[in-house]
Amino acid sequence: MANILNGRDNLSIILDKIFAHTSKFIAVSILLLVAWIFTVLLQHSMESITALGFDFVTETKWAPNLEKFGALPAIYGSVVSTFLAMILAVPLAIGVAIYLSELAPAKLKTPVGVSIELLAAIPSVVYGMWGLFYFVPIVRDLVGGIGISMLTAGIVLSIMILPFMAAVTRDAMDTTPDILKESAYALGGTRWDVIKDIIIPYAKAGIIGSLILALGRAIGETMAVTFVMGNVHQISMDLTLPATSIPVTLANEFTEASSGLYYSSLFQLSLLLLVISFTIISIAKFYFLRRKRVGL
Amino acid sequence: MATIINIKEESVLDVKDFQFTYAGNDAPSVNKTTMPIAKNSITALIGPSGCGKTTLLRCFNRMHDLYPDNRYDGEILFKGRNILQAKEDLINLRIQIGMIFQKPTAFPMSIFDNIAYGMRLQGMKNKTELQDRVEKALKDAAIWKEVKDRLKADANGLSGGQQQRLCIARAIAVEPEVLLFDEPTSALDPISTAGIEELVVELKDRVSIIIVTHNMQQAARVSDYTGFMYLGDLIELGKTEDMFVTPKEKLTEEYITGKFG
Amino acid sequence: MTHTTKRIIMNNIVMTLSTISAVIGMGFLFWILGILVINGVDALTWTIFSQEGAPPGYENSGLKHALIGQLLIVGAATVVGVPLGILAGTYLSEYGQKAKLAETIRDISDIMMSAPSIVIGAFVYAVVVAPMGHFSGWAGSIALTIIMLPIILRTTDDMLNLVPSTLREAAFALGAPKYKVIIQVVYRGAKAGILTGILLGVARVAGETAPLLFTSFNDNFLNTDMNEPMASLTVTMYNYATSPYEDWQKLGWAAAFILSMFILTLNILGKLFLLKKKGR
Repeated sequence: MANILNGRDNLSIILDKIFAHTSKFIAVSILLLVAWIFTVLLQHSMESITALGFDFVTETKWAPNLEKFGALPAIYGSVVSTFLAMILAVPLAIGVAIYLSELAPAKLKTPVGVSIELLAAIPSVVYGMWGLFYFVPIVRDLVGGIGISMLTAGIVLSIMILPFMAAVTRDAMDTTPDILKESAYALGGTRWDVIKDIIIPYAKAGIIGSLILALGRAIGETMAVTFVMGNVHQISMDLTLPATSIPVTLANEFTEASSGLYYSSLFQLSLLLLVISFTIISIAKFYFLRRKRVGL
Repeated sequence: MATIINIKEESVLDVKDFQFTYAGNDAPSVNKTTMPIAKNSITALIGPSGCGKTTLLRCFNRMHDLYPDNRYDGEILFKGRNILQAKEDLINLRIQIGMIFQKPTAFPMSIFDNIAYGMRLQGMKNKTELQDRVEKALKDAAIWKEVKDRLKADANGLSGGQQQRLCIARAIAVEPEVLLFDEPTSALDPISTAGIEELVVELKDRVSIIIVTHNMQQAARVSDYTGFMYLGDLIELGKTEDMFVTPKEKLTEEYITGKFG
Repeated sequence: MTHTTKRIIMNNIVMTLSTISAVIGMGFLFWILGILVINGVDALTWTIFSQEGAPPGYENSGLKHALIGQLLIVGAATVVGVPLGILAGTYLSEYGQKAKLAETIRDISDIMMSAPSIVIGAFVYAVVVAPMGHFSGWAGSIALTIIMLPIILRTTDDMLNLVPSTLREAAFALGAPKYKVIIQVVYRGAKAGILTGILLGVARVAGETAPLLFTSFNDNFLNTDMNEPMASLTVTMYNYATSPYEDWQKLGWAAAFILSMFILTLNILGKLFLLKKKGR
């Protein structure tokens, strides 16, 4: 039995050290893990990096059976579908955020807020199924084509990122202190005056950061888009045609890679995707979003 | 019941049988209150925390309307009408009855734009007119000299005391009739506090002032009339110089002599 | 028209648009939930749970293989990921605190939480599947563990930080060693929050498909050997729903319904725990 007046016994000193070192080791391992991920991806991309060089990102022909791997269609698809998604989602998300932050009557604030958060929790494969069975026919009827297209992918993607975007934008707007808003109301401002002159300038960094963060997530989105994009490696201005994106290519073709170069090209795509999204998310984080410390 | 003296000036606001209940509460936070607010004078509202003084203050410009389900009962008369009616034009009301808050609330914009904000809301676009009015407001708030060379600078670069003067300048720029001060110096150092108090006294020639303060000495220094509130009731309203020396209510005396609160 | 009138009109327009946005948002939620329920309940029969998968057209195919596979894969990931995540989060909150190393770990974890999960799948393929020579349930679990770690780490870190330092100091003042202070006092104080973090972390990985596509791959039949490729609810949904077979598509909806209800329940439970904690 330890005599607390004399200090601790040996066992508790050892346990203390074990606990401290173990937890530190695990925490640091996360950094090592991330570095390892980049390294492995790079390693397995080497074959195609050395064989194809810069042409990988400029060539438009992706024909595995001919050992031709031009990633431009996939990159193009990623960029365009994400761009489409942002155009549709950003205004809606800001509208929802304004509603949640400033407009909703007390009784509705929580249910609507929680509903938006639940929408964000629905797995992307479910969005994909919904997109495939319910949205594709609509697009087919409205704009022609077979329904599986860049356009459908952009729309389904926008619905997918909308809840997250709305929630984080609302959180950013909610950081505005009440008395600052009241000061503007006290001068005869309307709700919109307060939003545009006070809240948005005050929360500007947080709002932009939230939007960029959502962009970073959208670019890596796989399942919702795989169902409705078609995985056709082509570049076209016609949005009703099928297309592909980097994640869609990976999802569809990874298990079919038959040659070393094919395999390596897919890894190069993975590396490219990781680097792009890492960069976008880092920009959001470090330039715009101060870390929210719950409870400080 | 409450001891309310007859004020010798005309009243700019008249509170009549007024009661205020927060959303979701059964009991009112301000109980049936009747009091006059004297024109071109400073009326201080004092009392321990939770007595309802700030709650009452925020009724005069209907700040409570920003949050749903609050309830006003009774009347507050201003310029011959009851401002608690549903059809009251709140934007217009708030131009005529301005408010300064507990902490300086400089808007995220330049000093000039801060002062011009209220006027621009009303549609004033003429550059010269705006510049003149901004300059006048800043002079009236005794801060013109300090900022005249950096009107385009961000207002958040000013010190606390300067920012509060900025807020006062912003409020008087729209030429209100009444100014509501909600503990305006509670976040300021003693020197800035003295400066604000001096400014408030100067302003009473042009506006009628109601000031909520938890600092009795401040009330004694600046105000002409003082209203003491306790647990939602107005206990006594009297001339400041008399009330602090010979209060008529026992409760008032106990508060002033520091027995509670 | 006065400027103020213009302002009021503008205000009303914007407010109407915002409300419409919220209605649209809610509309999508109800739409998706609606089709989930309609299609899912329609496809829900006892055979779902009692029968394993079968080639299309079979009379009595079910989802037993996918359900059990999902349980195993997610379960294994949870059993490994939760303790690791909690310990790592403990390091950040109790030892590292505001030091540069700890802040870096937090930053990287934050970024990983939003990084594409399919890339994790590619990584695990390279380091587990390729050396093993075949897909496996373990590979899938490892991928999910990697995804879960940052989530558990950050929520643990945040929740432990909410425990007032006076509580820790009181325990230290009684002579308790640090590990005991953490386990007996801090963990207890942050219990609800950590539990919520776990629920949300499990909910998040349970819905992942992409990282499983080339790690645990798929199996149409019941398999409980984690060394072999294994069915999961998510990959099965993907395969069945994109197939041209109607009975498979129906099963896909049943799977979607079950999975979504599970995930939504976890999310709601998590939020309730947090609310209860705040209300105290």
